Amino acid sequence: MKQEYADIIHRCFRCGWCKLPTNYQDFNCPAYLKYRFETFSSGGRMWLLRAWLNGDITTSERLQQIFFSCVTCKNCVEACALPHIKDKLVDIFIAAREDLVEKSAVPPPVRDYLKAMSISGNPYKKPQAERGTWAEGLDIPKYTDQEYLFFVGDVGSYDEVGMKMARSVATLLSDTGVSFGILGEDETSDGNDVKALGEAGLYEHLAKQNIGILNERGVKKIITLSPHGYNAIKNEYPEAGGNFEVYHYTQVLGLMMNDTMPKGTLNAKVTFHDPCYLGRWNDEYWAPRFALGSIPGIELAEMDRNMKNALCCGGGGGNFFTDILGTGKDSAAQVRVSEAVETGAEILAVACPLCYKMLDDAVKAEDLGEKIRVMDVAEIVNESRK
Amino acid sequence: MYELKFDPAICEKCKSCDCIMKCQYIDMDLEKAKEEHRKLVRGEDSEILTQCVTCYACEEYCPYHNHPFYLIVERQEEKGIHPVPKPIEKSQVVMMAPKGRIGEKAAAEPVINLCYFPMLKGSISGKLYEGTSLILGSDIFCNLMFLHFARNSVIKERLPAMMDNIMKYHLNPGGAKEFICYHDECYGTYTSWAPAFGMEVPFKPIHLFDFLYNRLKELKSDIKPLNIKVAYQRPCSSRLCPEMDHFVDDIFELIGVERPEREYDRENALCCGGVLEAQQRFDLTEENQTKNIEDMKATGATHCVFNCPFCFFTLMGKVSEKGMTPILMSDLCRMALGE
Amino acid sequence: MDTIYKKIADIVGSNYVSNAAEELYIYSRDQGVQPARLPDYVVMPNSTEEVQKIVALANKEKIPIVPMGGALVLSGLTIPQRGGIVLDMKRMNRILEVNEKSHYAVVEAGTSQGMLQAYLKKHHPKLKHSVPDAPPVATIGGNIAIHGSGHLSQSEGGFHTEMVTGLEVVLASGEAVKLGSCSTVPKWFSRAPIPDLAGLFMGWNGTTGVITKIGLKLFPSPKLKDVMMFMTEDVDSITDILFRIIDTEMAEDIAFFVSPKPAYFEGYQLIMISVVANSEKEMKLRLELIRESVREYIDSKEAGFLPLPPYMKVKLVGAPQKNLSEFADVMKGGGFEYVGAIMPVESIPEAYRAGLEITSKHDITYSMGARIVGRGSCVMFYYAYPFNRADSKNIETVAKALEETNEKALEIGGIPWKTEISGQQLILERMEPGTYKMMTEIRKLLDPNGIMNPGNWEVQS
Ligand SMILES: Cc1cc2nc3c(=O)[nH]c(=O)nc-3n(C[C@H](O)[C@H](O)[C@H](O)COP(=O)(O)OP(=O)(O)OC[C@H]3O[C@@H](n4cnc5c(N)ncnc54)[C@H](O)[C@@H]3O)c2cc1C
Ligand code: SF4
Ligand code: SF4
Repeated sequence: MKQEYADIIHRCFRCGWCKLPTNYQDFNCPAYLKYRFETFSSGGRMWLLRAWLNGDITTSERLQQIFFSCVTCKNCVEACALPHIKDKLVDIFIAAREDLVEKSAVPPPVRDYLKAMSISGNPYKKPQAERGTWAEGLDIPKYTDQEYLFFVGDVGSYDEVGMKMARSVATLLSDTGVSFGILGEDETSDGNDVKALGEAGLYEHLAKQNIGILNERGVKKIITLSPHGYNAIKNEYPEAGGNFEVYHYTQVLGLMMNDTMPKGTLNAKVTFHDPCYLGRWNDEYWAPRFALGSIPGIELAEMDRNMKNALCCGGGGGNFFTDILGTGKDSAAQVRVSEAVETGAEILAVACPLCYKMLDDAVKAEDLGEKIRVMDVAEIVNESRK
Repeated sequence: MYELKFDPAICEKCKSCDCIMKCQYIDMDLEKAKEEHRKLVRGEDSEILTQCVTCYACEEYCPYHNHPFYLIVERQEEKGIHPVPKPIEKSQVVMMAPKGRIGEKAAAEPVINLCYFPMLKGSISGKLYEGTSLILGSDIFCNLMFLHFARNSVIKERLPAMMDNIMKYHLNPGGAKEFICYHDECYGTYTSWAPAFGMEVPFKPIHLFDFLYNRLKELKSDIKPLNIKVAYQRPCSSRLCPEMDHFVDDIFELIGVERPEREYDRENALCCGGVLEAQQRFDLTEENQTKNIEDMKATGATHCVFNCPFCFFTLMGKVSEKGMTPILMSDLCRMALGE
Repeated sequence: MDTIYKKIADIVGSNYVSNAAEELYIYSRDQGVQPARLPDYVVMPNSTEEVQKIVALANKEKIPIVPMGGALVLSGLTIPQRGGIVLDMKRMNRILEVNEKSHYAVVEAGTSQGMLQAYLKKHHPKLKHSVPDAPPVATIGGNIAIHGSGHLSQSEGGFHTEMVTGLEVVLASGEAVKLGSCSTVPKWFSRAPIPDLAGLFMGWNGTTGVITKIGLKLFPSPKLKDVMMFMTEDVDSITDILFRIIDTEMAEDIAFFVSPKPAYFEGYQLIMISVVANSEKEMKLRLELIRESVREYIDSKEAGFLPLPPYMKVKLVGAPQKNLSEFADVMKGGGFEYVGAIMPVESIPEAYRAGLEITSKHDITYSMGARIVGRGSCVMFYYAYPFNRADSKNIETVAKALEETNEKALEIGGIPWKTEISGQQLILERMEPGTYKMMTEIRKLLDPNGIMNPGNWEVQS
């Protein structure tokens, strides 16, 4: 554990502000919401970490579960009462995972995920050659010297829902007249969630590999599908020598090219779910709302917990792949879709392929399909043009 | 040590007693005004000492620049008169004391002296301030605010050390000889108060508006005229340098802003009320603020521009409640540059 | 497999019981300086029925039960002194009813202060409940189990227990009983006119039963809020000043405080006065009347109102006050504990001097103050001492200072509130024997096996 972190762990008061959003609406730490033991809250985790580092508790399976159940959503960072530790909380949890990974003390799904990432380069253990199949039939050029690279990431490349989303975004970007290309089978995982799961070495390897290819192709500007990739490229790559101008696709649509984005009318009430890696991690709350708000007919309804108070879908910090949190009534995704339904919206808008899948599954689990459907921002714009 | 350069002979000959007669808060006929003022000069008790709200304005009213206001403050302190309740006064003296945290930080011209307003650091950015160096903090703070507390002694005690600090830690290492005073209270300190008390000033202060005006001229091609009406809240400190007031008009002209004529601008400007509140003159605070803001509103102004950050913090809420946007002069200029 | 564990799991489901080292570790301690003591199980019931079954099981097996809400009491009252079950009540957090026409709410005991506040704000914006300055995850049940107080205690009639209109409790036998109007008619409006049995569970630290539901008074929630800060440096004038302000009946919360940090506050006494109103006109009038009440002091120049910049006001008008939690980091050490002593307003100067003496003797820093309760019938005077959790010597010193403070508070005629086991001993030593005898007999009757939070409110041998 870095000294900088070891020096402040004892400063957590375990006062529990971190369990709630800043408007106190309901428990907003997905791990705590699910398990309800104090140990699974940010404060409990801080105290356990201190006990573990001091040798007061052992490296048990329970401890691993507790540390890997954090979805790195940063609600605690937002809500913590102590200004001198709050910004470091999630960094500390990730550092603790690094220590556990180093000791090979990780829950089996985490081990499997990291193994797949290191062997196949993707969590789905699929061939690298299939990375570009999502774009089949769309007539999207390989990146040569276009203005932007469209970076798709693991979920957009291999997951069925992710691929659908990648196609909507690519179609809309093309129709908006954005000059872009893709890497297809040459794309490498952005490594964001590998890093969040504490495998710093593998993350570095992935980042270096990615940066190498991007530089080799002369990429300067990047549009990402996923806020996770956006976060890694924007905030982590510079340290690894990768300096790119990076945008999340909603920023391109909502802010930069809202005038040229083709749109029709869609008469619908829509509520937007802020992805943690766009919102709390990168302070972008408005771009997706501008994109949606610019479509005639759309009425935006906010959930009680929105923007910096948004409840995570439960898929952050690697949990999308490892599912340590699992499903059930108190799973973040299921609570979140019920909250969306309460607004009276018929569309739950998302801007992240992980959120898309998590919430889509939750709508099915809660049997809310008749009331609400999950759609990504680009898909909604496309729908308005039909 | 630092004695006020005040000439009783001038007052003796003065026929108009403008300092008291023009005062917005003391109401006396000429005879009485002269009598009370004479007492003041002689060091006797006078109603002026308790009625004065420390608005600085008489420094501007006196046609002979004989420092009537500084005299009042000297006498208030001599007589143990406390315009602000004692615990608040003492606590402020501690609060604003130099913290001794200054370290060498070479400042090359142009240097912006942000006084003791750390929360405004963010507004020193953009084209206007390109290439400037910034200095600020409790160790270079002019302390002139203690005029409102009848504590010239605090200023006398602290100011020389502050000037030394500025030279030693900032200007000398950076080879600078002058700086721009973000707060015109600093400007007034060095151009009015210090000379009045015979204190040497080892650098050249420049008024922020002077700087803004010249910068804007250089950036003229980038200016998009704002075409708005803006009411100006003239602060107490500007009474120490009324010769700078024309820059408000000059800047407004450059950025396409109209300074509507109104009752409480220029020589008849009203105190924002912050000091009045500290002096527990609550009714007067309310009256001033209401009159002032209604007067602004009546001109059809959409914005209220502030020179002094303290006025800004005091009035921002009330100005917005009346549907006007409160803004600092520097930010208004940045707005005209599209920032 | 542990058969008790299995029996509990059968009641609440295996996800909601734990005897893992991690949970036992965390539930063995709180944020204050009291020594840790491991429980055997941590259990999280979801309904009154589940509580009944667990308590019945514990009673049969003679296993101690310690009810726990937010576990934010700081004085170790949820540390299981004799092991056993810690009953974390926070899954029972349903807001069962808000009766707008009769100004009361019925909630499950594990409902957090924050969630009730947010719920009212959204669904019943004209109403609010009295909120303690504890972190918002503190529970309604935990707060009334200890006679808490909050931001309406000054203006709306006193301790939070005085705002309770009815209770549902589970007795050690496993029976659930209703107390107050809800026992007789289907509404939770009042504890009167029937014999007031609810008092058997409030202020008892969970030693007489588990509170499962609470009826709570609600109060109007005017839109406009303002805050004033009065400053003086003569502590002997505080009682007079406070009563002048209290007696205007224009203020909501009134709290006196002193702090050596920041340095510009050292040696001064401040009074924070919250004012709420429905219109500008009303607000102006309220502020004016409060100012007039202390005019003499202002004119003497010995005291006055501190002008507050808007950003400071924003921080001060909210309840709960987040900056109180921040106090835990004063020593860069993540901890503080306080003695909160209930005493008459007139004792403030003496209490203040005692605090200065104790803190200077132990060379520790502090924050002291007093919240007015019940329009001045008494105050909750707090002596808060921060400590560095990583420094055991510092913790020892603070523990000693707290003990001495408890003694001192009693000496000057106050009574420590929600006090540590050691503080309870001091109270019991001074209590009329007849009173203590009655307490003991009631407990024997309600809890013959002594399973309910044992160690509390009993003379230690
Ligand atoms: C920064 C800070 C500020 C604070 N300010 C205030 C304040 O302004 N006013 C105030 O009153 N308090 C204050 N407190 C003290 C305390 O946090 C609160 O009183 C809080 O409401 C206690 O509730 P809890 O749920 O945390 O109770 P806990 O600490 O969980 O429990 C307190 C006691 O009640 C018992 N108990 C808990 N739940 C039940 C139940 N359902 N049935 C029976 N017994 C039960 C426990 O066994 C224990 O003895 C403050 C604390 C902090 C840290
Ligand atoms: S992380 Fe922050 S808010 Fe949470 S318990 Fe620790 S100090 Fe309190
Ligand atoms: S990052 Fe999210 S899941 Fe992790 S502890 Fe903080 S609030 Fe809980």
